[in-house]
Order: sequence, then C-alpha cells, then structure tokens
Amino acid sequence: MSLEKTHPKEVKQILSKYPPEHKRSAVMPLLYLAQREEGYVTKDAMKDIAQILDITETDVASIIGFYTLYHDKKAGKYRMQICTDLPCALRGADEFLDNLCSNLGVKVGETTEDGLVTLEAVMCLAACDRTPMFQTQGPDGIKYHEYMTVDRTMELIDALKRGNGEEK
Amino acid sequence: MEHILLRHRDIPDIKNLNVYKKNGGFAALKKAVTKMKPTDVTEVVKNSGLRGRGGAGFPTGMKWSFIDNKNWPHYVVANADESEPGTFKDREIMEENPFQFLEGLALACYAVSANVAYIYLRGEFWQVAAFLDEKIAEMEEAGFLGDNLFGTDYSLKIYTHLGAGAYICGEETALLESLEGKRGQPRVRPPFPPSYGLYGKPTIINNVETFTNVPPILTNGADWYKSIGTADSAGVKIFSLSGRVRKPGNYELPFGATFRHLIYEHGMGIQDGRSVKAIMPAGASSSLIVVDDKVLDTPMDYASVRTIGGDLGSASVIVLDDTVDIDWVINKTIHFFKHESCGKCTPCREGNYWMRHLTERIHSGGGSTGDVDLLLNVAKQMQGKCLCALGEFSTMAVVTGIERFPQDFKKAVKA
Repeated sequence: MSLEKTHPKEVKQILSKYPPEHKRSAVMPLLYLAQREEGYVTKDAMKDIAQILDITETDVASIIGFYTLYHDKKAGKYRMQICTDLPCALRGADEFLDNLCSNLGVKVGETTEDGLVTLEAVMCLAACDRTPMFQTQGPDGIKYHEYMTVDRTMELIDALKRGNGEEK
Repeated sequence: MEHILLRHRDIPDIKNLNVYKKNGGFAALKKAVTKMKPTDVTEVVKNSGLRGRGGAGFPTGMKWSFIDNKNWPHYVVANADESEPGTFKDREIMEENPFQFLEGLALACYAVSANVAYIYLRGEFWQVAAFLDEKIAEMEEAGFLGDNLFGTDYSLKIYTHLGAGAYICGEETALLESLEGKRGQPRVRPPFPPSYGLYGKPTIINNVETFTNVPPILTNGADWYKSIGTADSAGVKIFSLSGRVRKPGNYELPFGATFRHLIYEHGMGIQDGRSVKAIMPAGASSSLIVVDDKVLDTPMDYASVRTIGGDLGSASVIVLDDTVDIDWVINKTIHFFKHESCGKCTPCREGNYWMRHLTERIHSGGGSTGDVDLLLNVAKQMQGKCLCALGEFSTMAVVTGIERFPQDFKKAVKA
C-alpha cells in the first residue's frame, strides 16, 4: 500500500517543503514516515518511495545504508541508543552501558526477550553535559533521556512495557 | 553581564512569542525589512566583526557579501547538525531562545534576498524540530514570516529538515547533498555555496549560534558588538564545557575570558579534587593541549588559542584530568571518526580505518612502539590530503596526543 494512500496529508505536506522539480529532497522525511510503524523500512516501502520521487530503489537503499537512524531490519519496538563517546565516557557512560546490559540480560546490539528494547551504543548525541544519556527511537519518534541512572532506565522500560513512554 | 544569546537565563519564558516581542523581539527584523536595503544589513554584520560560530570562524558579513546576484533564487540554510563530541550549544538556543535564532535567520535571508530558508537539524533533534515547527507557525500567524512582511513586497518561508544521524552532514557541502536527498558526502570546492549551493543556486549557510547573534547586532549596532570581546574575535561565544569538571554546561562569555575562568569559576573546578592534565578546546577534532598555568591563563579567542598549539573552533572545551590516559582518549575519538567517515575520499576512509585498528591494539595492551610510530605516520600522511575537515581534523588528537604525551604511550605499549 502506497504512503500516498495511507498517509496522504503527511506526504503532501512533506512534498510541499521542496520545489517540485527537486522532490528528491523529500526522501529523508518520507523514510521516517515509512519506518514509523514497523521500526524499519520494508522493501515495499523502498519501492513506493522511489516511485513517489521518481528515483531508483537503489537511490533509496543508499540513503538507508548511509544514515544511522534508518533501518532495513526489524529490531525491538524501541531502540535504546546510548551515547558512549568521549565526553559521555569521561562521566561514566561505558559503565552505565555495561550495567544496563547486565540488568537487561542482553549484549550491545541484542533485543530483550519480550521484543521491547534493542540496546545500541551510538556516536555523539550532543548532550555531553547531561550524561549518562540515551535516546529512544520508537513508534512515537525519537526522545532524549538525560542524567540517567540504571534505576531510572529500568523504570522507563517498565513504563514502555505499560505502553507509556514517559519516565516517572 | 546579561546574556546576549542565552537570554532565557535572564528572561523567563522568552520562548513565548509575546514575551520575546515585549523584550524587543522582531524590532530588528521590522527595521531591516522596512527601513534598510539588504546590502545595508550585510554591511552592519560585516562591520560588527561577527565570525561564524560553527568552528571555522569565517567572517559572517563577508560570507553574505559573496552571494552571487547573477543567479536566482537564493537560499539560506541554518546548520543545526551539531554532532561532534563536546558540542551541545545549538540545542539549548533552539529549545530555549528559539525566536532570536529564527529572527536572525530571517535577517540573513533578507540580507541576501532569499525567500526560502531551511533549518537542517540532525535527525536526533526530532523533538527540537517539532518545537521549531510550532514556533515558525506562531511567527507566520503573527505576521513575522510569510507573504508581504510588514506590508512590503518581501516574503519569506522557513522550513525544518531532519537529517538522520551522520556527523559529516555538519560539513556545509555534505549538508547540501543531504538536503537534496542524497548521501551526505562533501562536494569538491570551489565552487563554494554562495555561488553554487542548494540545487546549484547561491546559498548562505551559517551555524545556529551565528544567526542568533544577528538581531542584537542590528538593534545595538556594529560598534556595540565590536566593543565586546577582543580585537580579532568580536562579541560573545557560548563555551560548551564537558568532561571531568564538576559543573559541565554552556557558558556564554565574551571572547578573551580565560580557560581558568571557564573551568574553575563556571565549571567549579575538577571532579574529586584532581588536577587538569589536558584540554581539547574544540571538541573531538581538537588538538590535545598539555595544561599548565600559561594555558589556563590564555584568553579564549581565535588568535590566542593558536599560540598554545590548538584552535578555538566551536569552543567545545573537553577537560581531561590526571587519571585519564591519552591512548584511551585517542582510541575513543578515532572510533568516532572511523564510524563517521563518509567514505568518499580514500585518505579519510582508509586512514581512519587503520588508525582505529592501531589505537585499539595500543590501548588494549597488544601494541608495540612500532605501532605508535606507524599510527603517527598514518595520521601525518592523511594531513593535507582529505576532501574535507572531518578527515583533516580526525588526525589532530592522534598527532598531538603522541607528540605531547609520550609517557602515556610508553605505558600503554608496556602494559
């Protein structure tokens, strides 16, 4: 099913931002739209976006492969992406990630048994003064969680289980 | 001193349009659009001495004056892709003082006769983009954006555009490629964006902090701005302080304040009573500077930081204390650059791969003195050969780390 049929308003609004002769610019917002529900971009969605923008499927795939926030494989409902770059690591981010792995019983890159959370270590998230921190990428977009502890993170995961993305 | 950029710290709720307006908001835009020629706006910015705050420090007014008036339409793009370890100032501006940034962006558009602007935000700033969309809509509703501004024939639209997690998209030509819907890989320059930018049209790209300086400059005049800071570095800067200080954060100070002032007055000194071993004054792409009293008393401006063997860049000061091993630091930074190399040019793609291989081996205790020599050799071979600053500056911590902290590498290869 085409995005133009399932999300006509959003597609129209996205395309309206760019000159009609340069509609290829809409590929990134359309990819976010396509992966919103499943958490990854399906082959059908790639084809669909290529058709909407008059570009090849290879062009679309090359965008997915280049940028870290697009995914072509299913993972947990939420990706929990922990920044472990230098400033965060100087304030304990590596230890935070290790402790989180132990608590969740997964390694980096793995998904919890219930399919809720995939734990990932990512590059700089531009919140070096509020670390340990991570972002969650899920059906409701991308959210930052700052000044985190393992306890607060486990509370957040409980909230996500209950279908409530807010921290206590 | 009152804040010029982080005004939300003095004026509660300045992100509310009416509060911003009551505190002088949009007066500069109205004055420019109704009483000034576009080139007059550029002239004021040029005379103020404002330099780009994204890292390169290029004179802003001069950049605007390069816009090619033989080719139309013109575009302005705000670079809100801050992604380098150590940088975190633009998000605070956009979240807390959004209208001043948007007014500055609108002024830049008027100055170069652009009717469309894009704000390119890193994809992780999803919530910030949604917030800015709301603020843009409020400005349109209030008549500060849209058609026939202030009853003139000047019209302006501003759109947000989200990237998707690629540090290289902070490089201006890679950003343009990305905005055009391609992989974010730098273009060969020249031509530069003021003559060949978005969709091949003349385009001005500046950092969020740069635009945010513009409304107070238009309001108070170029001389007022030049009276703040130092001779070569006019005005104020947001210094982002991170690492092993007790109070990391964004601190807005005039250029010329010292590292000691930043670290000990604002950052409240070093955690656990330790001492400073090194600083990186411009994020992960910085040189590592051995800290002594002379360094601590060095004024933070573009010229002075060069005298101590570094560059001010985006003024993202990472502090390392005496417990930190430099071989670990460069392993961390090279992990970042290897991951973020776009792969377009061979020196960066291959060089960072090999540097990561070597820094990992050295840091994990499996390296030799030959590995350290080879690492330095690889880094130096990359210098001057990369297509863009990502590759060039990925080598800075490696070269200065090995040359200035040899004891850390001796220890690492013995371990």
